[in-house]
Amino acid sequence: MMIITKAKQGAPDRFWKIATWIIFLLVAFFLVYPFAGLLFRSFFSAETGKFGLSNYKQFFGFAYYFRTLGHSFAVSALTTFFAVLLGVPMAYAVSRYNIWGKRLLRILVIISLLSPPFIGAYSWIMLLGRNGFITRLLSGIGITIPTIYGFRGLILVFTLKLFPYVFLYVSGALSSIDGSLEEAAESLGMHGVKKLLTVTFPLIMPTILAGAVMVFMTSLADLGTPMLIGEGYKVLPVLVYEEYMSEIGGNAAMASTLSMVIVVCSLTVLFIQRMIIGKRVFSMNGTHPPAVKPLALPGRIALTALCYAVAFLAVLPQATTIITSFLKTKGPLFVRGFSLESYRSVWFKLSSNIAHTFTYAIAAIAIMILIGILSSYVIVRRKSRLTSLLDLLLMSPYVIPGAVLGISLVIAFNRPPLILTGTAAIMILSYVIRKLPSILRSSSAILYQLDPSVDEASISLGVPPLATFFKITAVMMLPGVISGSILSWISTINELSSTLILYSGQTGTISVAIYTEIFKDSYGTAAALASMLTLATVISLLVFNKITEGKGSVV
Amino acid sequence: MSSSVRIERVTKKFGEFKAVDDVSLEIEEGEFFTLLGPSGCGKTTLLRMIIGFHAIDEGSILFGEKRMNSIPPHRRNIGMVFQNYAIFPHLTVAENIAYGLKARKVDRAEQSARVEEALRLMKLSDYAERSPAQLSGGQQQRVALARAIVIKPSILLMDEPLSNLDAKLRIEMRSVIRDIQQSLGITTIYVTHDQDEALAISDRIAVMNAGRVQQVGRPREIYSRPRNTFVASFIGTTNFLKASVIASDETSVQLKVLDGGIIRLPQRRARVGDSLSLAVRPEEASLVGANDGTTVNGIITKATFLGDTMNYIIELPNGASLDVNEYATAADSLHKCGDRVGLRFDEKKVNIFASASGEALA
Repeated sequence: MMIITKAKQGAPDRFWKIATWIIFLLVAFFLVYPFAGLLFRSFFSAETGKFGLSNYKQFFGFAYYFRTLGHSFAVSALTTFFAVLLGVPMAYAVSRYNIWGKRLLRILVIISLLSPPFIGAYSWIMLLGRNGFITRLLSGIGITIPTIYGFRGLILVFTLKLFPYVFLYVSGALSSIDGSLEEAAESLGMHGVKKLLTVTFPLIMPTILAGAVMVFMTSLADLGTPMLIGEGYKVLPVLVYEEYMSEIGGNAAMASTLSMVIVVCSLTVLFIQRMIIGKRVFSMNGTHPPAVKPLALPGRIALTALCYAVAFLAVLPQATTIITSFLKTKGPLFVRGFSLESYRSVWFKLSSNIAHTFTYAIAAIAIMILIGILSSYVIVRRKSRLTSLLDLLLMSPYVIPGAVLGISLVIAFNRPPLILTGTAAIMILSYVIRKLPSILRSSSAILYQLDPSVDEASISLGVPPLATFFKITAVMMLPGVISGSILSWISTINELSSTLILYSGQTGTISVAIYTEIFKDSYGTAAALASMLTLATVISLLVFNKITEGKGSVV
Repeated sequence: MSSSVRIERVTKKFGEFKAVDDVSLEIEEGEFFTLLGPSGCGKTTLLRMIIGFHAIDEGSILFGEKRMNSIPPHRRNIGMVFQNYAIFPHLTVAENIAYGLKARKVDRAEQSARVEEALRLMKLSDYAERSPAQLSGGQQQRVALARAIVIKPSILLMDEPLSNLDAKLRIEMRSVIRDIQQSLGITTIYVTHDQDEALAISDRIAVMNAGRVQQVGRPREIYSRPRNTFVASFIGTTNFLKASVIASDETSVQLKVLDGGIIRLPQRRARVGDSLSLAVRPEEASLVGANDGTTVNGIITKATFLGDTMNYIIELPNGASLDVNEYATAADSLHKCGDRVGLRFDEKKVNIFASASGEALA
């Protein structure tokens, strides 16, 4: 009797247990195993092949290697500084003053955030590079501007590309502060700046920090931008890439060591953030939204202009690429007049890249949705030690830069038991691993909001638990999952860092093509491809806004 | 078909904690039975064991003669109304109600007939095609109830169904629930922490505390003859006065109230020398002049006008205070703060409890 009992009640339990274990094994094989391999590899000397710390000694001993760590930190720290300097005041202005066109401003900022960073680099080269439009314009009247390549260019591109993180995080926090808190401060005699310093900023401090960490980690991990605009100023991901390329066929030992250095840096930053925030997280549910201060006309015009100037700079790369894509070209040179030549040559030469981008992204998103729904369900609703571990593992790609992940996958899957290098599968795999965290986060968030008694109601009405999951729970999770997956989709089609490591002649994507076209000086075709990506990004963003009724957050 | 429920020595442990501790209950067919107790008393856990969301660690639960321990929830044919309604937000009102019928593969014609009937019964006919988000709390509650009864469950379970409604709607809905239950004659088990609700709606009540059943009985029994001090203080308001038995014979017992006078009650198994608590409800005491042959005297420290009644807090010389109600219209004149008054207790209604065990001496 008891045995029958257990079997009957255990059927859904068993399903979830099996599902959990399958996901866990997949994660172990496709994420833990490659990463462990990379870690292991980093201890084998690049020269002698002996086990030990020699690579690490070499890294810290040779200025050539060690200097890049300093470069990376300098770039990321300054970028973060400027991003906060730009993002926080702008967020305050937009959420607290009656400037015009707030929605358009937000959309411009989001577009700049969601489009690939290397397009920014490329466009700024088009404008301010050695042969840039503005450079030539200014030299025509005898002005020479400082070079855009290297350190300054990196800071410029990263800041304009990443300040939106700070802006979006902070404007969210500013509008969810309960307005009565600030009113209370005023009633107690704290005005103006004092009020800001004693109430408003302490409350949004954790949010500013979270935005800053996003900026820091993203700029630390990015490969495409420094490859294009960094030139002699080498940062860690570039070094990883170069070492990896020179070691191909070798054992990728130094590349592994450098990869570990980046991961440790990311982890340290994350850890410091946790330490600082600690328990200082305030849950705010603004029932009484803060008041928007009306400005007099001159102030209103000035503030609006200022905000739009920043937003304009942020989307300037996108505008530049779109315009450039319609210019007439002659080889690497642009000539007077407009044409569709660039698009024509993309169509003839590179249509397979376009097909690859979208088919890989579709495949990756489908897998992500499936794994995302199932694993967020077991993580939220069937908590156990195994599911917490699964949560940790699935979220861990946040701190693994794309290039590092790419290298770890190559090392793991260029030999038996499973050879995947050069296939589409390995690229889809890397997209799934890299972008799954955001789907997981959005579907977990919605699951936390769903009351488990809704499932129980369905079961009580006679629908077995598993059928209930598919009929009720999954259906209710869908809006959150879909909006999350659109964001993943956008970042998947724009992905370059791991793609650059993993692509082969048969599996190039649009982003790879842009990158290689730029190196071939085919700026026109690069611009046409970049415009296509921008268009796809904007359309996806509009769909996202439609689904979330404008309430969805992209960060 | 409606069914009786037998709960036999059921226990539920969460780790070492016994949420439900050796509970036995018999609920008759067609009865409206309420599990009443403070939060954490185990009432909801017991309800969830009846529907099957919690496994039964020890004991058994039977519907009629059928042991349910091994039957999964979706095959128990129980209608359940949840505290937060648990309406499916992505389905319309009519689809919500039809959900259980679809699961039972009831044919289409009958499905729509039964949905229509349920909508009519719950006065929801105008809202059939609405989405749940457009409904008020009371209407959502009706949808939840309609959805639970349309499947013709053998038992209806309700888990604090009215706790999210405002006071007025709560009173209205409880009579709706009671009327529906009566007209369908369906065995209903209702969980609440609200004693007024329990008294108003139930055929019988089981008062629970710390995982155990304290008393089972009709509402009047529970209110007027609580079996122990927990029930006496949980249901309604009760003043406890320390007292000891000074004389006892065939028909009556005489108590000396601590720092007070003597009161003679009908005999209730009390022996001379017993120390006990005299339990007096606010309406079982009346205010008279001080020292006018009264049991205790005191000073009014607070007088609150409540419309139909006056509520007085009276402080006794030994520092204890009593809560007393008087019909505002019945009193000759209303007393005020600082008045010295005497109290007389209704001997037939007051209860006594053994000091040591807290059990009623009846």
